[in-house]
Amino acid sequence: MPDPSNYTDRPWMDPEAEPFIKVQSVSKHFGDFTAVDNVDLEIYKGELFSLLGGSGCGKTTLLRMLAGFETPSSGYIFIDGVNMNDVPPYERPINMMFQSYALFPHMNVEKNVAYGLRRDGIAGDEINQRVDDMLAMVELTQFRKRKPHQLSGGQRQRVALARALVKQPKVLLLDEPLAALDKRLRENTQFELMNIQDQLGVTFVVVTHDQEEAMTLSTRIAVMDAGRFMQIGTPTEIYEFPESRLVANFIGSANMFQGRITENGPDHVIVQCKQPDCEFYIDHGVSIQEGNKVWVAVRPEKITISSEASDYNGNNCIKGIVHDIGYLGKLSTYRVKTADETLIDVTSPNLARPKDGNLAMDWDDEVYLSWEASSAVVLTK
Amino acid sequence: MIKQSLQRNWKSLVVFVPYFWLLIFFLAPFFIVLKISLSEATIASPPFLPMTEWVDEGVMNIKLVFDNFLYLWEDDLYFNTYLNSIKISSISTIFCLLIGYPMAYAIVRADETQKNILLMMIILPFWTSFLLRVYAWMGLLADQGTINDLLIALGIIDQPIRLLYTQFAVYVGIVYTYLPFMILPLYANMEKLDWELLEAAADLGAKPAVTFITVTLPMTIPGVIAGGLLVFIPATGEYVIPDMLGGGNVLMIGRILYNEFNSNIDWPVASAVAIALLLVLVLPMMLYQHVQAKESEAK
Repeated sequence: MPDPSNYTDRPWMDPEAEPFIKVQSVSKHFGDFTAVDNVDLEIYKGELFSLLGGSGCGKTTLLRMLAGFETPSSGYIFIDGVNMNDVPPYERPINMMFQSYALFPHMNVEKNVAYGLRRDGIAGDEINQRVDDMLAMVELTQFRKRKPHQLSGGQRQRVALARALVKQPKVLLLDEPLAALDKRLRENTQFELMNIQDQLGVTFVVVTHDQEEAMTLSTRIAVMDAGRFMQIGTPTEIYEFPESRLVANFIGSANMFQGRITENGPDHVIVQCKQPDCEFYIDHGVSIQEGNKVWVAVRPEKITISSEASDYNGNNCIKGIVHDIGYLGKLSTYRVKTADETLIDVTSPNLARPKDGNLAMDWDDEVYLSWEASSAVVLTK
Repeated sequence: MIKQSLQRNWKSLVVFVPYFWLLIFFLAPFFIVLKISLSEATIASPPFLPMTEWVDEGVMNIKLVFDNFLYLWEDDLYFNTYLNSIKISSISTIFCLLIGYPMAYAIVRADETQKNILLMMIILPFWTSFLLRVYAWMGLLADQGTINDLLIALGIIDQPIRLLYTQFAVYVGIVYTYLPFMILPLYANMEKLDWELLEAAADLGAKPAVTFITVTLPMTIPGVIAGGLLVFIPATGEYVIPDMLGGGNVLMIGRILYNEFNSNIDWPVASAVAIALLLVLVLPMMLYQHVQAKESEAK
């Protein structure tokens, strides 16, 4: 358990900390369309903050407003305490890594990286030194004389990163930084990005539609939909304690059941669902009245599947038959059909090697599902 | 197999047709003109002596007369006219670029519906005859023309100023006529420009003017060169505009060519003038091609 008064890794918990980026009731309209709808956001120094959402949710517009390519229709953006509304992009202490990388095709790697330094009127020797250092860091020293079209996707991405970082910005904006890379390269780059961020202490703001990317990279995530934030929190908070069905479904997958609260105690609630016909005992209280309609979300990996009825005691468990199996190697996903035709997804690690090539559970086997009282989440919206 | 070779034949046929066209209507006439330029002038029809002559059984004399080219070189008139033509077309090209570049840029940046209307307006003048448009300029620039009338009516001048039959009128005519040939290739080039590059430059601290010089301009150089050549080459050989708007006061090579052919009936010298003009125009084009080839090799 970390020391609650030590906020170095969690500046957003520190009541004393001043946010480095402050977005204050910002909206952006394009004609009739509202891309960003009156949002507030505080990002602290050294954070790796992700804006996560599907296409058209407003995350890119928000990023472009931070960079200065779009001006807010209303509201204010402060960076390091300075109101940025009338500051043009070329005067902001921010650099951006574009999704397309936007490398200058008529300049070689070296000139691309040096471009920003030249604009600041830095002396030639210092430019060379800083470009050298940066190219060494992203391991592109031997490619310095190449033009962008002579590089692979991963190399281009590193040039773009070097070009944005060489100016030592206070904030680095990354627009879908890994989207153009293949899976293996993406995983490596993810960790590289985290290392660089750690080394340089730059505040990163990442836009992504990839929830896995957001989960791995971020200190905190803001889940966006239709121009608003659905939830802002650490990856764990967002995954384990989603505040709405939308967030629960967007981050990972969840079994979602509708029901009514039949008992609302201080340390537990009981929700009666029709489909599946089952009572959920949940060990956290909720602040709504008995009899209200709610949803219960249970993550597939939090459900235990068994062919024996050992844990089957009527509380938080249900019987069904295996409807479908997906064998993924390290784990299997099961789709279990209950007596009232409800489908429940379960993932289970394949701990033991199947005997004689037979799976422990097969199609149409009768199975018992159970979960802990702490596993399910009650959602009201 | 048969189908494949048939397809290949089709392909070569498709390529062959334009080549055949160029051969018949460009290369063959070129050699005829080249031949005439190396012949001796005479008063006959056609007005030059044959190049070949049978002197003996099985012996043919080929006579190449380089006099015509030497004549061009020795007489200042021709040299100065070439220089003047190049000067006028160069300055016109620069003006077309200065006017056309911002126009092309504005069209590319306009929204979709406006873009089509603006492009339409660039192409619209082609719907009336070129000659009619030059006549219209004569009407505008004449001493009792629209512009002088207007300036007098406004009290800015009390005597008509001489506009028609001056160098100025020739520049106006050439820039007006060839402006679309500058705008369209520039537009085509700028349309492909990745606007995110301009954002990236701004993001890295470049003010708009610096972004223009370091990113926009280098990226649009191919369009500038294409548009420049499309204006410069026909403007250098232009005959109608200097003749109608410049009167006798502006000598360009097209005028000389016309005079040699029709007034002096000296076809060999006229052909030499044409060949020399071709050389003047082809050399910069080849240079450009060479640079382009080198650049694409580097890619």
